[in-house]
Amino acid sequence: MSTRLNLTLSIWRQADADSPGRFETYPAKDIPDDASFLEMLDIVNEGLIENGQEPIEFPHDCREGICGTCGVMINGRAHGQEKGTATCQLHMRKFNDGDTIVIEPWRAAAFPVIKDLVVDRSPLDRIIEAGGYIGAPTGTAPDANEILIPKEVADSSMDAAACIGCGACVAACPNSAAQLFTSAKLWHLNSLPQGQTERFRRSENMVETMEEFFGSCTNHGECTEACPKEISQDFIAYMNRDYVKSKVFNRRLAGQH
Amino acid sequence: MTDTSISQSSPLLDSKVPEGPIEDKWDNHRFKIKLVNPANKRKFRIIVVGTGLAGASAAATLAELGYNVDAFTYHDSPRRAHSISAQGGINAAKNYRNDGDSIYRLFYDTVKGGDYRSREANVYRLAQVSVDIIDQMTAQGVPFAREYGGLLDNRSFGGAQVSRTFYARGQTGQQLLLGAYQQMMRQVDAGKVNLHTDEEMLELVVKDGVAVGIVCRNVVTGEISKHSAHAVVLATGGYSNAFYLSTNAMACNTTAIWRAHRKGALFANPCFTQIHPTCIPASDEFQSKLTLMSESLRNDGRIWVPRNHDETRPAGQIPEAERFYYLEEKYPSFGNLVPRDVASRNAKTVVDQGLGVGPLKNGVYLDFADAIGRDGKDKIEERYGNLFQMYERITGEDPYRVPMRIYPATHYTMGGLWVDYNLMTTIPGCFSAGEANFSDHGANRLGASALMQGLADGYFVLPYTIGNYLAPLLGHDPVPTDDPAFVETEQDVKDRISRFLSIGGTRSPEYFHRELGKLVWEYIGMERNKAGLEKALTEIPALREEFWSDVRVLGNNESLNSSLEKVGRIADFFELGELMARDALDRTESCGGHFRIESQTPEGEALRDDENYSHVSAWEWKGPDTPQVKHAEELVFEEVELTQRSYK
Ligand SMILES: Cc1cc2nc3c(=O)[nH]c(=O)nc-3n(C[C@H](O)[C@H](O)[C@H](O)COP(=O)(O)OP(=O)(O)OC[C@H]3O[C@@H](n4cnc5c(N)ncnc54)[C@H](O)[C@@H]3O)c2cc1C
Ligand code: FES
Repeated sequence: MSTRLNLTLSIWRQADADSPGRFETYPAKDIPDDASFLEMLDIVNEGLIENGQEPIEFPHDCREGICGTCGVMINGRAHGQEKGTATCQLHMRKFNDGDTIVIEPWRAAAFPVIKDLVVDRSPLDRIIEAGGYIGAPTGTAPDANEILIPKEVADSSMDAAACIGCGACVAACPNSAAQLFTSAKLWHLNSLPQGQTERFRRSENMVETMEEFFGSCTNHGECTEACPKEISQDFIAYMNRDYVKSKVFNRRLAGQH
Repeated sequence: MTDTSISQSSPLLDSKVPEGPIEDKWDNHRFKIKLVNPANKRKFRIIVVGTGLAGASAAATLAELGYNVDAFTYHDSPRRAHSISAQGGINAAKNYRNDGDSIYRLFYDTVKGGDYRSREANVYRLAQVSVDIIDQMTAQGVPFAREYGGLLDNRSFGGAQVSRTFYARGQTGQQLLLGAYQQMMRQVDAGKVNLHTDEEMLELVVKDGVAVGIVCRNVVTGEISKHSAHAVVLATGGYSNAFYLSTNAMACNTTAIWRAHRKGALFANPCFTQIHPTCIPASDEFQSKLTLMSESLRNDGRIWVPRNHDETRPAGQIPEAERFYYLEEKYPSFGNLVPRDVASRNAKTVVDQGLGVGPLKNGVYLDFADAIGRDGKDKIEERYGNLFQMYERITGEDPYRVPMRIYPATHYTMGGLWVDYNLMTTIPGCFSAGEANFSDHGANRLGASALMQGLADGYFVLPYTIGNYLAPLLGHDPVPTDDPAFVETEQDVKDRISRFLSIGGTRSPEYFHRELGKLVWEYIGMERNKAGLEKALTEIPALREEFWSDVRVLGNNESLNSSLEKVGRIADFFELGELMARDALDRTESCGGHFRIESQTPEGEALRDDENYSHVSAWEWKGPDTPQVKHAEELVFEEVELTQRSYK
């Protein structure tokens, strides 16, 4: 039914974090253009296994653009050239017969390579652990409709909460900064009435944990460009303001005014 | 074949349903069960395997109560669990719409929707705690959809005539999972949850018939580790990937519950699987998964096929009179909102009749033209924007202009580990929560009820009931990991891994998974019959034998090796597939998602056999070469009268 493509892949292979990596070239023959990018890799891998070669490890799970597991650099761009599209949602009809595709893992000091195209993104969890939550133990909640939230506020919180935690923002940033990821979580929680009591503690702790692992933001805007959910860079400006406020507020709480 | 005319439950299957009127059972039970006092809770260690909605909510709550929790996931982060992909929403009997909803109605709808194959007391409790879930999740910062006045919004969903579904755009599962994950991460920060990512449980450790721990493999380093605790909770999700193609994430598998089954946990209703009516039809052999389009689309989309077999015109040019709105015609009162099994089977019927649409004629239309005309494109975009976008990405077609093409796909598994009212399996100390257990949905799950059940189990049921089990264990330390029970189990795990790596066959694990999936879909799919199921019982073992001698796993154990992860999961799917066939063959009635061609009403609806099959079938492992033995838990209906389901 579908058109078939013949492609050349140049793929980063690396045994583990300590071994040096290198590009290897593989032909990808007879790829249906209805296939997704990851299905294209599946086809290549089946061929490799048949030839007795170890398949290429790449990150993936839901293949629906929501779990945030997938993500590779495709021709130098995080998740490839399609705007607002995770690697798993990219389809081969966006490529042309005869193309050469360069595929690399996320590149960031905070994301060491585990194998081939798979990296360790656990520092993102450390940022959440530092304060990306609301302290409401089970069983203590009031009736949900007792907290009135204007639709605009809920919608804007949701815009930020849509982040899938894939790390493309970090990979795309020339400084490997995680500002977009962190600010999205801060806006999600800090913009809601439920998030107010811990707001400044949260802002301070999350930003400082982020700085332990990641580079600093110099407003390039590559992050939003690469984000599969097109999370707005405006949240970063908000985070910076809230961080400054939190410093003042938290000192005052500590009696140091 | 086992004797099917059972009138009493097997002694192995004591459901422990509390006494009293249905609305008081849970309260009575909570009052009667043993408690562990707050200071003593820190003396207990609990393992939670799985950090999806059920596992993360359980881990967080148990830690808040004071228990020491070890939480395990094979994902690199708990936020990746398959719960993340739920789109449509979560039910709760809040009656915020003032449209006649109540706890009793949600209970009734769920029992009826499950075609009377669930345990009344469990379902009633589920409906009771549903309201607390919405409160809890809102407090957690889940940005549920709101109205302009600031109140929570609702939508309606298949199988119900009230609007009781809460949602966060088309990403409800994502937002709920993030809520539960963040609540758990707070406990990680507090040192009460010890989080083990990249750890796949490969065996349950049982000593003297009691669950005492697990053995895991680290998927990054290959290291095998042993973990001991006072109780083990399995919240490891469903097994739809037995079909190969399903809407589940690629890694979803049955290993955790299957290993527990092999260690003595009875496996209930394995053949109760759900086919979801609104998925994007498959396009080719390379296809690795099927994508679900949320069922909420059926609120506004109209389902139809051309009346004419040789129709070649594009959908928009087919006049109204030549369109067959088969659900609206057959079921005037529920129309496009009939339950999933009914919607799916009807789609199969029209496609089998040659009325299918699309290049392979393997789909039906889901058309939004009327809704866009009525409410405007903006409104539709606000409701379903991300779903429409996803559809366009996958198919290259714009659903604002041409109707979507949809077809049913495997989506959810009602079957799972048998659990009693306390969510404990037949192995003392081993509990199961969420999609991994069999409870609550009977033979068919209603839309937006899985998220509800996972969170009910994890937040509001298990944290209480587990105390009842732990209380008498006060003063007993967990079994040390150098105990022979641990050492032997660890050796079994290592041997199995070596065996996979040394087969040295010719075909990839993926190949065998795909071939197995074809058999399961063909014989244990949307429609089943005796001849087909008997065939499955010979063909699956034959393919399994080939698998064990011809699979090729390259690489080693000591580094990330997805083929090695996969091959173990597929080996377990082979055994499960066989059990699914055995269960489906044994259950000669049709009910819910289990449709035996031999048992249908004159209108082609599922025809139950309440006299002989009003029970849960729970299967006991008898060794690798002996068929499992069936035990029955008789279902007693005191509240709901059994009727032929009708959605006309
Ligand atoms: C596409 C899609 C849409 C859906 N939409 C809805 C909806 O709108 N409403 C609704 O109510 N339901 C919906 N469902 C169903 C619902 O999402 C699931 O039933 C539910 O989320 C399951 O949650 P869980 O916590 O039981 O399991 P999961 O979320 O699957 O979590 C399983 C966890 O177990 C871990 N795990 C598994 N095995 C092991 C092992 N051996 N070792 C270590 N860890 C392990 C995994 O890492 C994961 O953390 C949908 C399902 C799909 C597929
Ligand atoms: S695989 Fe889940 S987002 Fe791509």
